[in-house]
Amino acid sequence: MSLTAEHTTMPVRARLPVHSSRAEQVAWIAEAAKQIRIQDLKLVHHAGAGHIGGDFSAIDILATLYGAVLDISPARVDDPERDRFILSKGHVAGALYTTLAAFGFLPVEELATFLKPLSALNGHPNRNKVAGVEANTGPLGHGLPVAVGHALSAKLDVSLRRTYVLVGDGELQEGSNWEAMMAASQYQLDRLTVIVDRNRLQQGATTKETNDLDPLPEKAAAFGFAVVEVNGHDHGELLDVLSAVPFRPGKPTFVIAHTHKGHPISFMSNNVAWHHRVPDAAEYQQALEELQ
Amino acid sequence: MTVLETASIADQPRYDCRDAYVETLAQLAEADHRIVGVVNDSVGSSKLNSFRKAFPDRLINVGIAEQDMVGVASGLANGGRIPFVSAASCFLTGRALEQIKADVAYSKTNVKLCGMSPGVAYGELGPTHHSIEDIAWLRAIAGLTIIVPADPIETAAALRWAAASEGPVFIRVSRMSVPKVYADDYSFVLGKAITVREGGDVTVISNGTVLWRALAAAERLAAEGISARVLSMPTVRPLDVDAVVAAARETAGIVTAEEAVSGGGLGGAVAETVVQRHPARVSILGIPEFAPTGSAGYLLDRYGLSPEGIADAARKLVRTGS
Repeated sequence: MSLTAEHTTMPVRARLPVHSSRAEQVAWIAEAAKQIRIQDLKLVHHAGAGHIGGDFSAIDILATLYGAVLDISPARVDDPERDRFILSKGHVAGALYTTLAAFGFLPVEELATFLKPLSALNGHPNRNKVAGVEANTGPLGHGLPVAVGHALSAKLDVSLRRTYVLVGDGELQEGSNWEAMMAASQYQLDRLTVIVDRNRLQQGATTKETNDLDPLPEKAAAFGFAVVEVNGHDHGELLDVLSAVPFRPGKPTFVIAHTHKGHPISFMSNNVAWHHRVPDAAEYQQALEELQ
Repeated sequence: MTVLETASIADQPRYDCRDAYVETLAQLAEADHRIVGVVNDSVGSSKLNSFRKAFPDRLINVGIAEQDMVGVASGLANGGRIPFVSAASCFLTGRALEQIKADVAYSKTNVKLCGMSPGVAYGELGPTHHSIEDIAWLRAIAGLTIIVPADPIETAAALRWAAASEGPVFIRVSRMSVPKVYADDYSFVLGKAITVREGGDVTVISNGTVLWRALAAAERLAAEGISARVLSMPTVRPLDVDAVVAAARETAGIVTAEEAVSGGGLGGAVAETVVQRHPARVSILGIPEFAPTGSAGYLLDRYGLSPEGIADAARKLVRTGS
């Protein structure tokens, strides 16, 4: 099977009708997340590189945001009143690209170019090359300050547009995040939502072994955020929480999404080895079977 | 008339470029609601108190947090604003260098970075507060325009140009008092050198607070019968390569003089150009080390950036070249 053919099998999903029931939405997000994971597995396997552990950690969050939360569509990527999403953990670009492709922002066949020479799909996202990308990320600790700037621009415009930023938990070791959290609180940016992909693993070890973040909820609350914890792989919980922000008027929201790196693949899940390991042929087959 | 005609530049009244900065920023903000200021607690040191009073919602103070400050500016630009980031150049460029690279230059966001009190302006405060490395650091970043204005007229003109043009810009705004070099009708043109004094024996290329000293050096040299060309090079990136090549071809050599580290800045840019396009002798004047304690004026003199120091470098090129 050719590379391109491998990458043209994902159905592009239109938005659900607005009056869909919660159950319909949850089922629909779950199916989208499954398709995105399958596509992402192919992407990483064929490119021979990527961050599949972190991709799989974040995909349920991305599918929920793009599937049912963000007020944005492929036809409105330049609309000033669109919601903004920033992927601060830019090394999981593969998950973002497959999500964007799943919802029609990016031609599915373009995924075959991931990491290839001159591809728009760099190992870290570029807003000038990929429609739907809001910020060039990659170096950690950048997305949250930029998101604060987005949210401030909305506040200055007296606009109801919302800003969501997904940060890795290891990434919170960068001090710039805490600078940004202080500013978000000071400016009462209650239409800003920080989502932490709390998989408790960083590149080579657990966050606890490296530079422990706990007690994270208390720290975020002390910085002036309304804090919520969710199962980051439960689409229903994610939908309910991410649709209901802000939890406290005048306060930015901090959603700690408890996740597992490599979820739900048996041999990847919560395994630190899968930060940027690439599945070999047998692992690829097994992962594919587990996903289907 | 672009350049002021004066009997002797050194005798002219002196101005703090920050006054032109805040006055121009207020005018721009009055005319365009998209313009906002972003600061790191540097309201006073950037002289932005009057701006804050006039536009309280549009002066965003993130506190003493430079990385956040530049990231916030990038986000504001995404939302359609034109942020002018204003902070001591040593901290703006040093602490937020990666944000300037990733969030501003690589992202092509419409952010204007204003490095206040650069060079050795904070003389006695020591090398931690000197911003002599800023130009060299930023010159390595693709897509970033770097402007070093020489006087209040050029500072205002560069700000107006930056507000009207799309894309990332860094402007140095000096607090060291300087005489006016330019007439009121001066308008900034990106990437163009200005011949502020004609001359055929030797060329001095300068910018920022040192430009008037280069002119004063040329006055001394003229009295000795040496005709020095003085080129103002406000845009360090992109450099006016043609003007540099012409100077290399037509005169005995080039002296570069700037309030910056003596490598990687204007001198580095000129030397790289000359080596590749028309080999000529270049004498680079700048600050080659962590400076000792002393006022800004003392330090400039110490490192040969006085009129006499610049004239001396030019004399050497003329004598050994003849």
